[in-house]
Amino acid sequence: MTELVDHNALIGGYPFRALPDPTPARLVADMERLGIARAWVGHVPSIFYRDVAAGNDQLFAALAPHRDRLLPVPAANPGYPGWDLEIERARREGCPAVRTYPAHYGFDAGGELMLDLAAACAEAGLELVLTVRLEDGRQRHPLDVARDLIGAEVRAAVRLNPKVHLLVTNADRALVEEVHFGSTRAEASRIRWDVSWIWGPPEDHLAILYRTVGRDRFVLGTHFPFRLPENALFKLELTT
Amino acid sequence: MSVAPAKTSPLVDVHVHFLHDRCGRADWQAVNARRLALGERIGITMHVASILGTWGHTSPTYFPSPDDVAYGNGALLELMRAHPDRIRGYVTVNPNFTDHALRQIETGFDMGMIGVKLAASRRAGDRLLDPIAELAAVRRAPVLQHIWQHRQREVPGQEISDAIDLMELAGRHPKTQFILAHIGGGGDWAHSLRALVGVPNIWVDLSGSGVDRGMLELCVECVGAPRLLWGTDLTMDTGLAKLRAIEAMGLSADEMEAVRWKNAERLFGAKVMGD
Repeated sequence: MTELVDHNALIGGYPFRALPDPTPARLVADMERLGIARAWVGHVPSIFYRDVAAGNDQLFAALAPHRDRLLPVPAANPGYPGWDLEIERARREGCPAVRTYPAHYGFDAGGELMLDLAAACAEAGLELVLTVRLEDGRQRHPLDVARDLIGAEVRAAVRLNPKVHLLVTNADRALVEEVHFGSTRAEASRIRWDVSWIWGPPEDHLAILYRTVGRDRFVLGTHFPFRLPENALFKLELTT
Repeated sequence: MSVAPAKTSPLVDVHVHFLHDRCGRADWQAVNARRLALGERIGITMHVASILGTWGHTSPTYFPSPDDVAYGNGALLELMRAHPDRIRGYVTVNPNFTDHALRQIETGFDMGMIGVKLAASRRAGDRLLDPIAELAAVRRAPVLQHIWQHRQREVPGQEISDAIDLMELAGRHPKTQFILAHIGGGGDWAHSLRALVGVPNIWVDLSGSGVDRGMLELCVECVGAPRLLWGTDLTMDTGLAKLRAIEAMGLSADEMEAVRWKNAERLFGAKVMGD
């Protein structure tokens, strides 16, 4: 039986809504309850910090007791000094990926800063995680003005470096299709998607995407601690 | 964690939609069949459904023409006849056509429908809805009101209502029972739940694509298990996730039975339990 890996988990508090118990201990307990073996784990506060290196310090420290199951996915802001050291730290620590948030950090997902970040991730063998949204756009706090990532930005990012690999989280069917069919086969082969924001049955958006985009492009992602992790698992099971 | 039901007690889905041949979708029968088949797998014993006109094909989903309203309600009656042990119906109405709406409700109830569906054709607090709410009370049937949790602006395609709007209507009609639709259907659900503390004639359905952590806990805290109704809406995976999550929250056996079916029976009557 294939080991279940959650590719889209985070820990830490969120400024705009109370997230119940967003801790590594709760994440591990939920994984245990739901049969998830390991998780790639980012850090919510680092999305809002200016100095994400300090946030990465907190992430590595928080996950240290759980490193057998929780793999840190630190953040990188290519517009802030020292970002290259965070890439090096991620490589040294055996992280599978690095997260970046162009809308929150205020840089162009298809521009020069992203070009440098994509090259560094490709060189280090780290997948680059982009997040389309953190919450449903209909429930945003008035100060939560970071816009959703759009398809053009994902397409631009994957074209920046022929060796960069993207994992795009919290995308819906329309965005997946727009990017997939707006990319060459070679580009599309370097993009993976998590299932957390894609509709399951009876509309069966995920099943349709399995057929049109390819099942191998999709990974389990729960978006813990924002969303109930049960949902992504049921979606996979009901789609299978 | 299993899709299959952990228990064999009834499970009533109070927020269901079906399609028909005039929705402009070639896959309408497949989607309906998929919902029913999945319902069997999950353990749903009754789908309480509505059809919003032609779902935008020949008039807007949330502003359906009288002809489309009638066609959708007729299609739902056909589904009820085809699946008498699994499907019950809400009469969908557009209150801007008041006389037509009232006739649809009378006809629908006479043919076995058990609730009224108000989409987003007119804001919930509008006086134009009063005759509909009065008729629902006379026929002892609940009104399911489509809700955008915490309306902060107008949006295209809907005259959206939130909990505050629905509370206006519910306050004028204390003998009518209302269901605040899909707490997970978009918007600030906490705003709705905080507003509904102590409002006895508004129930909350748990449906919608939203599966935010913390939402179910606040539902229990603010509304309480005796006024919560389980449902799915357009996404059954999210409904199932919320059912299993609420089971894991540690509610008592009686409270779980209430959410699964007993509240629905109290609200709709014995007809919702089938034969």
